[in-house]
Parts: sequence; structure tokens; C-alpha cells
Amino acid sequence: MEEKGKKPPLLQVIDLHTSFTTDNGEVLAVNGVNFTLEEGKTLGIVGESGSGKSVTAYSIMQILEKNGHITEGQILFQGEDITHYSPKQMNVFRGHKCAIIFQDPMTSLNPVYTVGNQIEEAILIHSDKSKSEARAAALEMLRLVGINDAERRIKQYPHELSGGMRQRVMIAMALASEPSILIADEPTTALDVTIQAQILELMQELQRKLNMAIIIVTHDLGVIAQMADEIVVMYGGRICERGTADDIFYRPAHEYTKGLLRSIPRVDNMKEKLIPIGGNPINLLNMPKGCAFCARCDEAMKICIDEVPPELRIHDTHLASCWMNVKNQNYMEVPDKDE
Amino acid sequence: MTKYLIKRILLAVLSVFVICLITFFAMNAVPGGPFNSEKALSEATKAALEKRYNLDKPVIQQFFLYLGNILHGDFGVSLKTGRDISGTILECFKVSATIGGLAALFAVIIGVVLGAIAALFRNRWPDRLIVFLTTLFTAMPSFVFATFLLMIFCIQLKLLPVWDASSKSLVLPVVALAAYPTAYITRLTKSSMLDALSQDYIRTARSKGVPTIKVIFKHALRNALIPVITYIGPMLAYILTGSLVVENIFTIGGLGQQFVKSITNRDYPMIMATTIFLAVIMVVMNLLSDIMYKVVDPRIKLD
Amino acid sequence: MDSNMDSMNMPKKSPFSMQIDLQRFEKATDEEKKQQDVMSESTTFFKDGMRKLMKNPLAVASIIVLVLIILTIIFAPLIVPYGYSDIIKVGGKRDKSAKNLAPFTYSAKEIDYMEETGEKLFPHIMGTDSMCRDYFIRVVYGTRISLSVGLFASILVLIIGVLYGSISGYAGGRVDLVMMRIVDIIYSLPDMLIIILLSVVLNETLANTQNPIIKSLGTNMVSIFIVFGLLYWVGMARLVRGEILKMKNNEFVLAAKAVGASSGRIIRSHIIPNCLSVIIITTALQIPSAIFTESFLSFVGMGVKAPMPSLGSLANAAREGLQSYPLQLVFPAVTIVLIVLAFNLLGDGLRDAFDPKLRR
Repeated sequence: MEEKGKKPPLLQVIDLHTSFTTDNGEVLAVNGVNFTLEEGKTLGIVGESGSGKSVTAYSIMQILEKNGHITEGQILFQGEDITHYSPKQMNVFRGHKCAIIFQDPMTSLNPVYTVGNQIEEAILIHSDKSKSEARAAALEMLRLVGINDAERRIKQYPHELSGGMRQRVMIAMALASEPSILIADEPTTALDVTIQAQILELMQELQRKLNMAIIIVTHDLGVIAQMADEIVVMYGGRICERGTADDIFYRPAHEYTKGLLRSIPRVDNMKEKLIPIGGNPINLLNMPKGCAFCARCDEAMKICIDEVPPELRIHDTHLASCWMNVKNQNYMEVPDKDE
Repeated sequence: MTKYLIKRILLAVLSVFVICLITFFAMNAVPGGPFNSEKALSEATKAALEKRYNLDKPVIQQFFLYLGNILHGDFGVSLKTGRDISGTILECFKVSATIGGLAALFAVIIGVVLGAIAALFRNRWPDRLIVFLTTLFTAMPSFVFATFLLMIFCIQLKLLPVWDASSKSLVLPVVALAAYPTAYITRLTKSSMLDALSQDYIRTARSKGVPTIKVIFKHALRNALIPVITYIGPMLAYILTGSLVVENIFTIGGLGQQFVKSITNRDYPMIMATTIFLAVIMVVMNLLSDIMYKVVDPRIKLD
Repeated sequence: MDSNMDSMNMPKKSPFSMQIDLQRFEKATDEEKKQQDVMSESTTFFKDGMRKLMKNPLAVASIIVLVLIILTIIFAPLIVPYGYSDIIKVGGKRDKSAKNLAPFTYSAKEIDYMEETGEKLFPHIMGTDSMCRDYFIRVVYGTRISLSVGLFASILVLIIGVLYGSISGYAGGRVDLVMMRIVDIIYSLPDMLIIILLSVVLNETLANTQNPIIKSLGTNMVSIFIVFGLLYWVGMARLVRGEILKMKNNEFVLAAKAVGASSGRIIRSHIIPNCLSVIIITTALQIPSAIFTESFLSFVGMGVKAPMPSLGSLANAAREGLQSYPLQLVFPAVTIVLIVLAFNLLGDGLRDAFDPKLRR
């Protein structure tokens, strides 16, 4: 790849399939996800619970539950497929190259160790710093994420901190080894609205300072509109639409995205009635053979039931997988990779 | 923490008081009174008893006088032997404490190790073997297990001596006493380990790139041990009551055997004294294990 | 076909132009859509739990073992022609030679009798004991006693514990505080010691009673029940209270309150059903612990009164002749282990199947 003179993208996910083995059968959580993340950019993944967005993130980090495994596809980090990494290589990747913060900062920190201890641990694993150097680095990280009185906080246990503070600690811990990618899995869902904004601002500020790429996984369209350079909308373990915030919010080209937008209030159109999406989320144990959304789709056609829609380019930056676009001829071309 | 400590100690003191109360009045409820047994007591013993237990005074007053006496370590004299009870108890307790302490140590160490192994090898053969053994041992009354041990190792194989206070003869009683607590701690450690391993902070640790071994021993085990600590109090109580059985089977002259003997002899002052003594030890152990629990788990310090 | 496409104005580059069948772009009916909406089979909590329980081989084996044991102790005394307290009689005469027989053997007198009359005597399935009594029937009666002690004690614990716990949890506030302090104190008492102590006292006190019920049960049995009633309910009470506190703030209880349901109704129709799994599991696990306690007391000599056997007293009695007749210990011991094992495994199975905390 180097010979071509073109640097490979920072992270490339190709046709990722992840499933969980359960008593009731194989749960197909992710069914062929593709995306590319460039250095310093932010990718947003939106979707309702069970859409496979978190599983995609955990697959990249390979921190799935014991019964979960990647069944197909590649995850290329700087051109190298990390799905075949040994556990040792993976431990270097985790934390050092790519870090993650989770939804619930209350439970994501180990209750029996101090904040300092946990941040230092992250530093010590990925560097040959001494204990005292790690301590100093941890203090610096805490200050960087905007924690006042860091000397005191570093000695405290997680339960002695507020939710927002804990999420800051999580961020400090994640960034301690200067990763090039930060995955944020619902980073603000468990926080108060005022704190949410602070945490998002902090992430953006740190992104600029450290020039890292962010993958933000959320169900909150507001968060994603504010943060993401590119948005990926997921449903039933597949990507149904992707594009810039403008593409997604002003020119949605997938019935699911349209439904999603109709179901949330918008400042620019307060009078419009909110319409919830009817029906139940799909059963991942028993994936339909056609479009995953068709059972809940008002516009569903016969072809939707039988065939998975191909991903079509609607616009330069905008792609969607919906048969409606074929019917209405609302596309530029069919991307090469699909048959 | 201080507030909790005070509350907990008050509760312990109250428990001890209630135990003394129950013991004293239970013994007084025995028809004819505890000391008027049909056994012919010598005049001297009788006089000593009358004086010691203030039998001429009202019951309530007797109780408080008794309470006062035991606070000074004076439990009176045995009806059977006429010897000073506190001396006998202390002497016997040394033996029981050695065996009990060893059994407790054995149970905690082996139990935690086996439990951790079972959790790590979940649903594979080490786990299945451990689960099989622990279920078997939790279903076996201690006297059955102790009798079989005695039968096999002392009588049939003659590998180990019957009780002669040598360290070799300690083995069987300790194993017999520790069997149930070991099995219990194993199960406890396994389930709390599995619980800890499924927590979010384990995912966080993994996502930091912490190697698996360290995730297990640093992040999971420490959290998993917290419930084990709460079991230490009940375990010591179990071991103490278990010693009643085990000491009798192995004919060890400990407190347990003394207690059972005093029951068969209807030696009421001795029964009373042993009950109170054992109960106080159990209450204190419970207190200590509760306090230890609070110390280990930083989350609870605030209240 | 081509003209058809042209009229649709499809872009020429489109790879679909050749294959698209217009009919497939018609709107799907609701029914067609519904076929896609494959939901997982909806089951009730109970059905789902039972299905899980029946899938657990250990739990099923435990149920089978328990049913077999219960059938045996019900029907064996009707079939076996020996009494648990009677010396074996041959032709109406006591057979003193039938001492410590091995399983399925006959004494000299019995053999003579059978040869004389040609009548086949019922075999001694587990042999006889040192007092010439059929051991099998003694073990059967011992199991009866031990199981009923376990069962009644657990029912007692269940009733007191659930009542106390639900009142305390539901009342809350000061009532709860006082009630829980009482529980704390009882909880911190060393139960075994108190049981022994009370057994000593009650034995002496009840020894001269004329009450027929107590007499037929034996004073020790009564004292075991009293002690269980006094001490063992606290664990259950704590559990139930905890469940209720958790439940109390749940939406469905708040909703019921908002609608104006009475406290009693809320407890009965909302809280108790939700606590049920915890209560059933605890009760299942209480039975073996009661059997343990009874056997322990029998060992210390405070169990049921002779000649009535319990598994504990049988095992204890067998220790004397252990070297010569180890089977006399093995039979009751194995029975205890089987019963306790079965209840433990069944309890575990129930917990795995019904405890919502474990469902993921």
C-alpha cells in the first residue's frame, strides 16, 4: 500500500459480521458493516438499541462478551488487519492505538481502586514510565480533562465523584496513552443535559489538541449532529444510510432515517407533529431475508420483503440502502463493490 | 464509619446481653431449677452453689448478679467435677481454637483458589469437577463425613493416628471441619467472580489493554473477595458448632466435646457458661468480619 | 420489455434495468409485512422458567429422586410387613437371632420357618439392626421424620418470614427500623447454640406433658419446630423485605397506588407474585438446612425420641458398630446426602430458571 504512495486510511471496517452464540440460537448483531475513518475526523454511528452500533464498536476493540465473535470481515488499522491479532498484539492496540469510553461512568470504573490508580495503570501498560512519572502523567491528564483540584481527586475512589466527573476521568484514562482513535459509546446518555454539553465540548477540544479520530456511538441525533463529520445510520446490524450531517438531516434517503427524524422534535419546525415509528425492533435471532426495516416501513414494497437493498450513491457524500431510491431513481450510480 | 462502628458494637453488646438473658432464663425454666437436680450433691458444693448463684434472691437479681460475675470471668463451678468452669473452658478452648483456626484458614485459601479456577474455566471440566465436589460436600452432614474419614484413614488404612494432640492427628479433624466451609466459599467465590467478570469495569480494564491475567487478579478477584469476607463470621460460627460433632467423633478434648458432655450430664452451670462463651466468640467474630467488609469495600465508607 | 423500461425512464447505466420486475415495486400488504416481523415466541414468565427448569438435567434428576423417595416413604410401610419399632417375629415369636443381618439375608430361625411352611418371608432389604429390627423400614420411617421436619420447619419459616418481611418492608419508616433491629439481633445469635439450649430446656419442661400431640411427636421434635419458628425466619424476612423495598418504588406499584388500590391489595396482587421466585427458591433451600439441623441434634442426642428413628439418629446409632456393620451408617447417610443434594440442586435449578436477576 505504501508503494502506491497513498497512506492507508486510519481505520477501515470491511464487511464486518459479528454474532453471539446464545441458548436460543445465533444472534446476528452485525451483518456486513463497512466504513472508513480518516485521521482527526469524527464518525457518528446512530441507531436504536439492538441496531448493532455498540457491537460494531466493541468488535473493533475486540471486547465482546465471551459468547460474541467476529464471524466475517476485516478491520484494518493503518492497513493492518487487526482481527487476526494475537491477544498480546491486541492488548497493545487497545488503549494505545484505540481507546473507548462507555455509557455509564458509574459502573465503568472499578469501585475498589482510586481514580489515580486506574489512570496510572493505563499509562504503565503502554509505556516504560516509572510509577512516579505515571502519577505525574495521570495528574496532567486529569487537569487536561478539566478536573479541578486534581491532586485531591486522584486519591479518591470513583464513588466519591459525580457522574460528569467520572466521565471526565474515563476520558482521561482513555487518552492517557495518546491513542489515535477514541470510541465513545453513548458517552452522554447517563449524564445530565448540562453536563452532556460540557463532555461533548471537552471531547471536541481534546480532538483538536491531540489530533485524534473519534467514533461516537449514540442514539441521540442531537449529539451526532453537533459532533460528526460523517454519520452512519444503522438498523438491524446493517448500515442503511450514511452521509454528512446535512445529507442525513435535510435529505434523508432511507425510510428508517426519515421515520427517525419524524420521531424527534426539531427546533426549525416546532409545529410539525411527532410521529413515532410503529412496530417492534427486529428479532436478531431470526433475520428477515429482505430489508430489515420492511416490517415497520410504511412504504414497504414486495421487493423489500425478498431482497436486501443494495447501497446506492445518492449524492457525492451520501449513500443509502433503500429500494425506494431505486423505484424513484434517486441515485447517481451503484458503487463498484456491490454486484 | 465511626457511626457505623458504634452502631455495630452496640448491636453486638445487645446480642450478647440477649444471649445471656435467654441462657439464664432458659436454664431457670428447667423444672425444679437448674441446680436442684436429683443428683446428690455434696454439702460443700451445694453451699458453694447457693452462695455463688444467690439462689435465695429474686430471679431478676440473680440474673444481674450472674452477669456481674461472668464479667469478671467467674462462671462458677461445674456440678459434675466441682472444678472452676472458666479454667476448664479456657483449657478446652485452646484445643478447639487451634483446630478451628486451621480449618478456617484451610477453607478460605482452598475455597478462594478453587472458586477462582471454577469461574475461569466456566463450563469446562475443572469447573464441572469442582461444582460436583462442592455440591457433594455441601450435602453431607459433617458427622457423616467425619465418621467416614475416621473409618477410612484411622481404622482401615491406619494412615493417620486417632487424636493424640500431635500435628499429624490434626489433619483429619481439620479436614472434616473445613469441608463444608471450603465448599461454600468455593461456590461463593465462583459466583461473585463471575458476577465481577461481567461488570462494566472489567470491560473498561480490557479496553485499556490490561492483560487477561491482570484483569482477573487485579480487577475481578478483589471485588469478588468482598462477599467472601462477609462469610467469615458465619463460617467461624459454623466451625465452632461443627466442632461439637467433630471433636466427639475424634475424641478431642476441646470445648465442643465438653459442651456435649455437659448436656448429657445436665451440668447446667457448665452448659450456661459454654453457651455464653461460644456465643460471645461468634458475635465478636461476626462483628470483626462486618467491620473488615466495610474496610475492604471503599464504597461503603460514606455512611 | 425494452420499451417498458424506456417508458420508465431508467438511467442507462443502471444495472437494474435488465432485471427489474415492476410488480415487485408494488406496495406490500400488511400481511406480507407481518410475515417479516418474526418475533420470538412470546412466553409467560412461568412457562419460560419451567421450560428452562426442564432443560436442566440436574434439576430434573433431583425432581425424579425426590418423587421416588416420597413414593417410597408413603408406600413402603404398606408393603413391608415389619414395624419400625418391632423386633422381627417368626411365626408369632420374637426372633432374637435376627441381629445385624446383612441385606437380603435371613436369620437361622427365619430360614427354618420358611423351610417348614414353604412360605416366603419378605426380605430384609437393608438387613437388620442390633435390636433385631428390619433396617429398611427404619430408614423409611427415618426419612419420613427427617423430610417432614424439613418440610414443616420450612413452611413455618415461610409463613413467619414472609409475613414479617412484608409488613416491615411495606410499612417502612420507624416500624421498619424497629422490626429490622429485632431481626438484626436474632440474626446475630448463634442459632445452633440456642437450638441446643432450648432443646435441653424444652425437653425437660415438656417431658411430663399430657398433651397428646406433643407426646406423639416427641418433645424434641416440638422443640425443633419452636426453635425454627423462633430463629430461622429472619433470613427469609430480610429477603422478602429487600424485595419489597425494591419493588415498592417500581412504576407498576406506583401506578397501582395512583389508581387507589389498597395496601393489602398491592401486597397480594403485585408484590407477592414478584417476590415469589425468591421465596420459592429460599424455601427449597431451607428444607435441606432443616434436615441438617435435625440430624445434627440427633447426633448430639437431642433428636427424636427412641424408638422413633430419624436419619440423623440412625446414623448416630450406627457409629457404635461401625467397624463390623458399616452399611448401617451408609444407608441413612446416603439417604440424607441424596435428599439434601436433590433439594440443593433443585433450588439451584429454580434459581437459574426463575431468578430475574440472572436472566440476560
